[in-house]
Amino acid sequence: MTIDNLKQSGPDSKLPRVNWAKIEEAENFAKTVKLYRQGKIDHDNFRRFRLQHGAYGTRMTDDYAMVRIKIPAGEIYPIQLEKIAQLSETFSIGSAHISTRQNIQLHWVVLEDVSEIMRGLSEVGLTSREACGNTVRNVMCSPLAGVCHDEEFDTTPYAIATAKFLLRNPLNQNLPRKFKFNFTCCEKHGMARMVDVGLIPVTREIDGKTQRGFKIFLGGGLGNKSFVGHHLEDFTPEEDLLYTSIAVLRIFDRMGNRKNMARNRMRYLVDEMGWEKFQNLVLKERAIVRATQSVIVKLDVDNTPNDIKRPITVSDEDGKSTPEGYSRWLKTSAFKQKQDGYHSVFVNLEAGDITANQLNALAKICREFSAEGFARNGFSQEIVLRWIHESDLPRLYSNLLEAGLAKPGTLSMASPIGCSGTTSCNLALTNSHRLAKEIQRKFLELKLDEDDELRDSTIKISGCPNSCGQHEIATIGFYGGGGRVGNDMYPSYQMSLGGRSDRETMLGVICMRVPAKRIIPVILKIIEIFKKNKQSEDTLSSWINRVVKGNENSEIRSVNDFKQILAPLVVSPTKESDADFYLDYGSDTNYHTITGKGECAA
Amino acid sequence: MCCLSKENIKSVTTDADVLRSEIRDKSVRVIDVRREEDYKKTHIPTSVNMPLANLLSDDSPERVVKLVNALGIDDETSVVVYDDTFGALASRVAWTLEYLGHNDVSLLDMTFGQWNSLGLETDSKIPSIESKNHSLKLRPEIMATADYLEKAKEKDDVILLDNRERLNFLEQHIPKAVNIPYRSLGTSEKILRPKEDMKRLFENRGIEPDSEIITYCGSVGTLSGLAYYALKSVNHSNLKLYVRSFKEWKNLKKPIDKQENAHYWDLSAE
Ligand code: SF4
Repeated sequence: MTIDNLKQSGPDSKLPRVNWAKIEEAENFAKTVKLYRQGKIDHDNFRRFRLQHGAYGTRMTDDYAMVRIKIPAGEIYPIQLEKIAQLSETFSIGSAHISTRQNIQLHWVVLEDVSEIMRGLSEVGLTSREACGNTVRNVMCSPLAGVCHDEEFDTTPYAIATAKFLLRNPLNQNLPRKFKFNFTCCEKHGMARMVDVGLIPVTREIDGKTQRGFKIFLGGGLGNKSFVGHHLEDFTPEEDLLYTSIAVLRIFDRMGNRKNMARNRMRYLVDEMGWEKFQNLVLKERAIVRATQSVIVKLDVDNTPNDIKRPITVSDEDGKSTPEGYSRWLKTSAFKQKQDGYHSVFVNLEAGDITANQLNALAKICREFSAEGFARNGFSQEIVLRWIHESDLPRLYSNLLEAGLAKPGTLSMASPIGCSGTTSCNLALTNSHRLAKEIQRKFLELKLDEDDELRDSTIKISGCPNSCGQHEIATIGFYGGGGRVGNDMYPSYQMSLGGRSDRETMLGVICMRVPAKRIIPVILKIIEIFKKNKQSEDTLSSWINRVVKGNENSEIRSVNDFKQILAPLVVSPTKESDADFYLDYGSDTNYHTITGKGECAA
Repeated sequence: MCCLSKENIKSVTTDADVLRSEIRDKSVRVIDVRREEDYKKTHIPTSVNMPLANLLSDDSPERVVKLVNALGIDDETSVVVYDDTFGALASRVAWTLEYLGHNDVSLLDMTFGQWNSLGLETDSKIPSIESKNHSLKLRPEIMATADYLEKAKEKDDVILLDNRERLNFLEQHIPKAVNIPYRSLGTSEKILRPKEDMKRLFENRGIEPDSEIITYCGSVGTLSGLAYYALKSVNHSNLKLYVRSFKEWKNLKKPIDKQENAHYWDLSAE
């Protein structure tokens, strides 16, 4: 693949290192849509085709699609941001959405326009191919890979190579179900245990030489039923990365459940078979793969270091004083890199949404400030600008502020994750997306982003029992459903507590149902109870962790104790006394649950 | 040399080079539809000013023809219109001239801003104009009224285009309308996409050249005016502009459709 034919916009714009696109796919897509509309292709076949090309169905309609643009390893270049800005204004709603899997999504696109988007994407080397459907989805990589203090080596080149190897590979065109790879930098960042294949870089010394490899976790995942991944072996040398991946995919392809939609992710196969058996199978299959494929197949890992060049700044001291809010913003937005003097800056987006104008502004800011010349999508619906020189931070802040992109609190509890919910997803029961925004606004208003004891806690919200919002790994997690008083329904959420995705990954413990319009008071009350009962070293997350494990000795000893204290807050009022209680966020009509056919909206 | 003689009907857009040579030859009347204060500061040399707001304050044919006369335009005058609003305001003015019965009108293929950024000549001189006499031969076949629209849209070979932005369309639109947001008609350099791209866009959306097409937008027919010319640029000929657009439709309490059961507004970061 070459990138020579990619259009260049700014003079000092770095060009993408990989061209993921294939223009023929746009033409083919347009043709296929026509055949489908003429009734020459049946619905199921078309649906499979559409998903494989990254176009997902939209809530309650056949006319619109959501286009999911794959951003392998999250690496996104300024010209790509600009193109997506243009496409969102032209064919979508004028905003784009950054997903929790580093994709960028364009919603409410007319199905007949999807091919035009694909065309536009191909001009900047992007694709939506295999972003949905029963394929290997976007290969993720920690946004801190390469700059994290605790990492053994930068996994980005391995993530990119894996994505390159798998994209359009016959091996993964028709799996029993979707399949996900996550590369991380270290134990703390990223989610190696919550995915089909999770990889953490490790090294070992052999005969005085350092050897690179991975700690591989298999069969994890969030969903209606969630599982924590199993550790395959002590050390998987880098040469075995590809063979292991192929082996696992082949086993899943062969043995995965193709009949029962609800149990066809690989984690169920692992669960049914038992880990030891599955593990053995993988090791055996890998031996076969290694023996039969070693000559032909190799991962194309490009370990050439990124070209790091600090952009020339006109003048650092332009006489302006640092705008207000800088230190508050800095505290929860900047991550000190392992490279002296440089920071990675996490740009806060409400529930991952960003306007076309902001995308354009961000492209410009990226060119001007990032010494690596491109950005990375994060894991929590944010965009990360890396390699920002310390002395440029105040000026960067001013620029972000001007673009409306300088909200504080990205790396804190004040940035909840919300899946798309009833804004576009067929399966949604509640407007989880808006709820996330409402919570964020309240947290910032109360300046809770500045509270150090809340910093490492998370709030994550899904609009239904599926887990696109990752609620099970949140300190406080919610998933949507309907509640009822007599004949009247109201939007409501199941709350779970104590989930986490680090070394001690665990799923949150179900606590109680909370009506949508009571969620903010309930969260604030939990914080209040924590403040009253905590010990001096506690953070909210460490304290809740003790509670859910039964190791806490204060008035709250279990999730049940929470229930009792919170009970008065969740009592349903009559419709006459509080009509708003019966409306979902963003809606002025009576709440009722209504869903269409799901296509799995991760 | 007959084949080289000037055609009766001008092409939809005029590019900068052609316009510059026409200005040199004094064979064109250029209309700037921006606000008066902007026009006074700087404009394309020899252009005259007809702010869209002024035109819209009373766009009865009798008044408009007076305005046109005052700008020195008669039936034979070749006219090129430009704006700084991606061609939408210019389109509305050009369409009005067509409606009066003027044949020879086209749009500058770029905005004033783009003209400026290419470093092309500008001027602040206001030309003195000799008034002319334009005839009034209205062309009702390019205009749709609410009543006409209501009946026509029930026919199979009539397509109704809504050129507002997607979220506004989802929120409310005239039943059966097809949404092609005005943004999809142009590029960052030109007010209209290249012909081939434009054709493909309409074809994909099932908008065939032999249908009758009625365009509308939010209130005064600017965005839909641009769509009118976008369609014209790829040889659609049976076109009507619903000038009073959605604002009137709503005021008349005519039926409105909505995309139900989804909270799409909450996806916007505006
Ligand atoms: S399917 Fe996924 S995106 Fe849709 S509401 Fe459920 S959790 Fe949210």
